[in-house]
Amino acid sequence: MDTHHDAGGTLNLRLRLQGITKQYPGCLANDRINLAIEPGEIHALLGENGAGKSTLMKIIYGVTKPDAGQVYWQGNPVTIKDPATARRMGIGMVFQHFSLFETLTVTENIALALGEDAGDLKVLADKIRTVSQRYGMELNPERHIHSLSVGERQRVEIVRCLVQDIQLLILDEPTSVLTPQEVDTLFITLRQLADEGCSILFISHKLKEVQDLCHSATILRAGQVTGDCIPAEAGATNMARMMVGDDTPISTDYPKAEGGEVFLKVHNLSQTTEDPFGINLKNVDFEVRSGEILGVAGVAGNGQEELLAALSGETLEAQAEEILFAGEPAGHLDPKQRRQRGLGFVPEERLGRGAVPEMSLKDNGLLTGFLQGLVSNGFINRVATSQFADKIIDDFNVKTPNQQTAAQSLSGGNLQKFIIGREILQNPKLLVAAHPTWGVDIGAATAIHEALIRLRNDGAAILVISEDIDELFLISDRLCAICNGEISPSKPTQQTSIEEVGRWMTGIFDTETHAVAQESV
Amino acid sequence: MIKLVPRGERSRAMAYMSPVFAGMLTLLTGGIFFATLGLDPLHALSVFLIAPVSDIYGIAELCVKAAPIMLCAVGLAVAFKAQVWNIGAEGQLLMGGLVGSAVALQFGEAEGFWILPTVLISGMIGGGLWGLLAAWLKTRFNANEILTTIMFNYIALYLLLYFVHGALKDPDGYGFPESALFSDAATLPILIEDTRIHIGILFALFASVSIWVLMQRSFIGFQIKVLGADANAAKLAGFKHKHLVWIAMVISAALAGLAGASEVTGPIGQLIPSISPGYGYAAIIVAFLGRLHPIGILFASILMALIYMGGELAQIELNLPLAVTALFQGMLLFYLLACDVLINFRIKLKTAATNAAMGN
Repeated sequence: MDTHHDAGGTLNLRLRLQGITKQYPGCLANDRINLAIEPGEIHALLGENGAGKSTLMKIIYGVTKPDAGQVYWQGNPVTIKDPATARRMGIGMVFQHFSLFETLTVTENIALALGEDAGDLKVLADKIRTVSQRYGMELNPERHIHSLSVGERQRVEIVRCLVQDIQLLILDEPTSVLTPQEVDTLFITLRQLADEGCSILFISHKLKEVQDLCHSATILRAGQVTGDCIPAEAGATNMARMMVGDDTPISTDYPKAEGGEVFLKVHNLSQTTEDPFGINLKNVDFEVRSGEILGVAGVAGNGQEELLAALSGETLEAQAEEILFAGEPAGHLDPKQRRQRGLGFVPEERLGRGAVPEMSLKDNGLLTGFLQGLVSNGFINRVATSQFADKIIDDFNVKTPNQQTAAQSLSGGNLQKFIIGREILQNPKLLVAAHPTWGVDIGAATAIHEALIRLRNDGAAILVISEDIDELFLISDRLCAICNGEISPSKPTQQTSIEEVGRWMTGIFDTETHAVAQESV
Repeated sequence: MIKLVPRGERSRAMAYMSPVFAGMLTLLTGGIFFATLGLDPLHALSVFLIAPVSDIYGIAELCVKAAPIMLCAVGLAVAFKAQVWNIGAEGQLLMGGLVGSAVALQFGEAEGFWILPTVLISGMIGGGLWGLLAAWLKTRFNANEILTTIMFNYIALYLLLYFVHGALKDPDGYGFPESALFSDAATLPILIEDTRIHIGILFALFASVSIWVLMQRSFIGFQIKVLGADANAAKLAGFKHKHLVWIAMVISAALAGLAGASEVTGPIGQLIPSISPGYGYAAIIVAFLGRLHPIGILFASILMALIYMGGELAQIELNLPLAVTALFQGMLLFYLLACDVLINFRIKLKTAATNAAMGN
């Protein structure tokens, strides 16, 4: 553990945390955490989901109070009683989930966040324009939030912090909603801010980004600091070990496959949504072969939800032929009929769609497993249902006291293993998985990836929609991207690159061969 | 200062204890209320809650009153589990009574074992269709069922009044707004001689068991629970939302209809303007007090029936207005809702000194 800060430099530190401890019911979220950030330093807080990163930053931002420990700001002990206090001290925070009003303009949103400090709206708008230009984040203060892309919305949140006198900027997983190109732009801004003396606390679980950007890193595991390091010098494997511990396998490579017959064919799928903030699907065209994994990259909110609902049968198509299962029209079939034809489905929301939060795992097995002989003559076969739940728990190593445990009391990773297990044990011919490892620890993510690869090797067609581009490169045999309701052409994973997929994600669908001819943005 | 702190997990114990606490708080407040009226609280409470059931006739009468409440409440439990907020049990009960009476009167003095089942089933159909109307408005036009069912309660009441003052009025009844008395073949058999207890209580118990089987063992019941707990999960699993809303509504409405038909063919024996002293509304409280579970509802119905009887006796013995019944019902619901907060929260007493100001 690194202690050199404590000796003489305490007064020069921007922020120092000492012995921060926070207990939640049933979970010690932060256990005697020490952390020090110097002025102008970009400091990474690295850890898996559930390691305690969010709790710690909420404590710094005054959202949560620690049970024990002391926060020092510019060398003085302080108690940050609420976010307004934190803002006045010069702490700004960009949350993972933005809190913006869609129907208001950029200026109005920022004014709301600033409260009384906002002042005159015109002056504020000018200030927003100046600040955003200065840091290379083009932003029109007059625009309404709903017309902005996710990347632009993040800029609004960052600019909101910058219009005030800021000394410490906290960013929670800021890159998870950005394309690779947008990530590069963000990093330029952050480096410029740091050069001007602003400290940055960068929260992430992605090692590569941390190595690219951060001067130093503090690594958390299960609420405790497991190490401090200089990311550029410490190897990625070392940092990963500190994150996950010694007994968890770290994901490796998987052999790619070619696939056989086309099982799912989506042909000219177009759909107009009634939701004013929804995305229309435009001539979506793709195929998934049995025995291959097709990965669909894309920034959230580009039509993934609409595409998933069209595939699951939650929304039905006007033209049955727009979706074909093994050559048979399926666009008009409801979710149950699609399941009968071999569909398995892992939705994005684990609780609230994939599983009923307050119901037991046994009942949640029945939720989609009811076609597997668990119901006879309208009555639930309780023995079979119980065995099905136990089989999922055993085969997929779900850590739970028993099958009577409510779905909501499982960790994200365990519940996801249960849901994926439930779908896989129904022997789907087609599995559609949305963000299969979102918010899941590395150990569970590896287990999920291995399960998907096994299912592929058994001959199922698999479609994975994810925002995690590294994951898609790891498990997909072919890749494409979705942008604003349109889908890019696909390419075998080995023949494409992160840069090309990144371009697809921004809507530039030309392939390298005729890139010049179709330059159209 | 009292602070509510989230428990993190639902307390099962508190879910069961909350109705008990609510009952005790109601008694306590009721006692204070009686005391402020200048009555001896213990005596008043014993008149209210113990005296009514101090003999076999009283217990029989308790069952007579508990039966319709229980029928309505177990049905409502199904609808509420599906998050279908049927507030219209009262109207469905009245329609059951009206349709049942209309059918019973058609048979005149005819004999036959099939007459009574026909009357009761007609009542179920009458109540069920009344509920279906609200279900259809909900699934077709997205009309809020809370509003429609409340409004249907009034329409049902005025329909009943219209017929009891008109087409169904006893021609030999000297102009009173009452139907003719039903024949023996259209009247529910009495269980115990010299009391009014009739087989309606058996219907209620049978309905409770059936609903328990439906909700705990059948796949339809499972789908209803999923729909209520998590409509998105139900949709993704392919459960048919509209069908389930209709089923939940028709079950609850038909049971309320049966309650109405059992009232007119049971203790009342004819169609009169006031066949229910608000059983359908009381059943809403009972359903929640009984935690939407048939066994809980059994106990809650008995308590509610007791409050009805106590109100009547308090009127006679203590000179209190009948509104005392509504007062106790209201307190019970109020305290139940308040105590239910403790299922997800616990009370923390904290001293004022912990609010330290920021340093710097």
